[in-house]
Amino acid sequence: MGDWFQILGQKGLGVFERLGRGCILFYNILAGLHTLIPRPGLVIQQVYSVGVLSLVIIVVSGLFVGMVLGLQGYNTLVDFGAEESLGIVVALSLVRELGPVVTALLFAGRAGSALTAEIGLMKATEQLSAMEMMAIDPVRRVMAPRFVAGFIAMPLLAAIFSAVGVIGGYFVAVDLVGVDEGAFWSQMQDAVDLHDDIYNGVIKSLVFGVVVTWIAIFEGSDAIPTSEGVSRATTRTVVHSALAVLGLDFVLTALMFGEI
Amino acid sequence: MDNNNDIVVKVRNLSFSRGNRMIFDDIDLDIKRGSVTGIMGPSGTGKTTLLRLIGGQLKPHAGNVYVDGQDVKNLNHSRLYQLRKRMGMLFQNGALLTDINVYDNVAFPIREHTDLPESIIRDLVLMKLEAVGLRGARQLMPSELSGGMARRVALARAIALDPMMIMYDEPFTGQDPISMGVLVRLIRLLNDALGLTSIIVSHDIQETLSIADDVYLLSGGKVVGHGTTDELNNSKSEWAQQFLKGLPDGPVPFHYKAPDYAEDLLTGTDGRQDRRR
Amino acid sequence: MNSRQVEIWVGIFVAAGAAALFMLAMKVSNLSTYSNDEGYLVTAKFEDASGLKVRSPVAMAGVRLGRVVDIKFDNETLEAVVTMSIEGQYDTLPKDTSASIYTAGLLGEKYIGLEPGGDDKSLKHGDRIKLTQGSMVLEKLIGQFVSKFMTEGDGDKGDKGDKK
Repeated sequence: MGDWFQILGQKGLGVFERLGRGCILFYNILAGLHTLIPRPGLVIQQVYSVGVLSLVIIVVSGLFVGMVLGLQGYNTLVDFGAEESLGIVVALSLVRELGPVVTALLFAGRAGSALTAEIGLMKATEQLSAMEMMAIDPVRRVMAPRFVAGFIAMPLLAAIFSAVGVIGGYFVAVDLVGVDEGAFWSQMQDAVDLHDDIYNGVIKSLVFGVVVTWIAIFEGSDAIPTSEGVSRATTRTVVHSALAVLGLDFVLTALMFGEI
Repeated sequence: MDNNNDIVVKVRNLSFSRGNRMIFDDIDLDIKRGSVTGIMGPSGTGKTTLLRLIGGQLKPHAGNVYVDGQDVKNLNHSRLYQLRKRMGMLFQNGALLTDINVYDNVAFPIREHTDLPESIIRDLVLMKLEAVGLRGARQLMPSELSGGMARRVALARAIALDPMMIMYDEPFTGQDPISMGVLVRLIRLLNDALGLTSIIVSHDIQETLSIADDVYLLSGGKVVGHGTTDELNNSKSEWAQQFLKGLPDGPVPFHYKAPDYAEDLLTGTDGRQDRRR
Repeated sequence: MNSRQVEIWVGIFVAAGAAALFMLAMKVSNLSTYSNDEGYLVTAKFEDASGLKVRSPVAMAGVRLGRVVDIKFDNETLEAVVTMSIEGQYDTLPKDTSASIYTAGLLGEKYIGLEPGGDDKSLKHGDRIKLTQGSMVLEKLIGQFVSKFMTEGDGDKGDKGDKK
């Protein structure tokens, strides 16, 4: 029984240890950001890696999510005779929640795990160590550009997700189930507020971008330098990112939309 | 005769442990400028750790490491990085950046640390590659190189900024005789031609002794032998003799610590009484 | 993929993201109905402003003229003081315009409906609308209805005399 307690305590301390290392890494990345200003090429290359290459999954997912929202929303609203409000349901669900959150989850799975694997592999093959010995700080050269790229790419991807989703919802609503096109857009425009909904959605995706990219980079740099270690780190990235995004989403939603 | 300028790396009273294992126990080392120094010992004695301590990637728990007069552990981030520009390091597996080709790998430190135009960089890279005999391989990707070639490219990269010293981490391990011969020749040649100081960490006796001016033998966290090749070969130390001659048994025992043989067979692995007899 | 191609793709990506944001802002949100360049401020006091929010619409004849910008409480008259911003182009509202709080649709949001009076002087910045009608709270309506029902029917409906 005491053994079990000790293991729990050790795991607990381990969690704090990792959190501490993560925060130190975060600080070091921030402290090194200024070195990227004369070298935008590094960031651009990474925006391509995490952003452009995620476009396909984001667009396809956004389209389908939007269409499903259209269908499900219709099924529920039609019972209240309120199917003209379908535009509101689709738009608000996407812009406030599904856009930022689902994009963040997909990003963690696609780009986050790739980042972790890449950095973990560089650690395992001593490339990071070699860079250190060449007097090139791997935090500034390798990790900081990827961090900035995640921060830039995430809100753009979330916006694309929401926009494509609305279009998908539009097609289902107007072409499939026959909601009036004018009502669809006008009701939506009345209900979706630029400040409350769209800005908040953007802020959410910025926060998620920071958190997911930070976790991905940290797990890669903290991985045990063996093939098993890297694979476990990749899994941890996806799991921890998902938990963090969903938890933060609750907090942010409560803060932003709580007073209504 | 032994003024500071002659000694590039001075290690004094160095102690370092990992967990409960004492890797280094109060050791002293001197690496003379312009020499090829071998640091040898059985696997696991922490030879790579020593290189990391010299390069400042690890901090000693006690004692000091002085590189070119500066105490490595007291250097702040930027000073440490300045010092590292003058050190080259060759990792066991080359540690080339896998997503860029040979040319870009060698050019990497030059591009990162200088503002030289591409035309001059090209000349520099080609010169370094020529020195290791791989100028024709410049377009290959690291995945297309054999182990020996990868190490040579890494060597070209290590001398890219004309450092004052190079550290080799097990350069001969796992090499076929020809690549071995090439590397051995290169290390000595570059050391003399470029006025470098070389530190070779290895357990390949023949190769290391063939080019080293000065050799340290490490075991159990202590220096158990020091001198030139001849001095060591004639050394009275049992340990040195076992190591240099590759004898299976001696101060480093063949058998891992275990209980008495006969008893072990009769009583079973976890000490239970076996009732078969 | 050389660096020029990478740059082009990244440029396309950022442009697509910006276009998506733009589309969301324009077609999806109320930005197009948001042009609040020069509005003039007008106040009105209501007995009951339940359900009215900042940014609730202000309309006359079914056309949105402006928005609510502030809702405060008057400590002396114990009424709600609502400040609204009316777009500059609508400057012919008579000084005796009345303001009432209505509900859009059956369960929709509250908005302020303005009805024109007959004054030839127009409302200007800082003026106060004097005639107001507070929002109709559902419970009060039902209560009014029930008590009206009760007072009309006497005698045999006496057992329904207990209040809810």
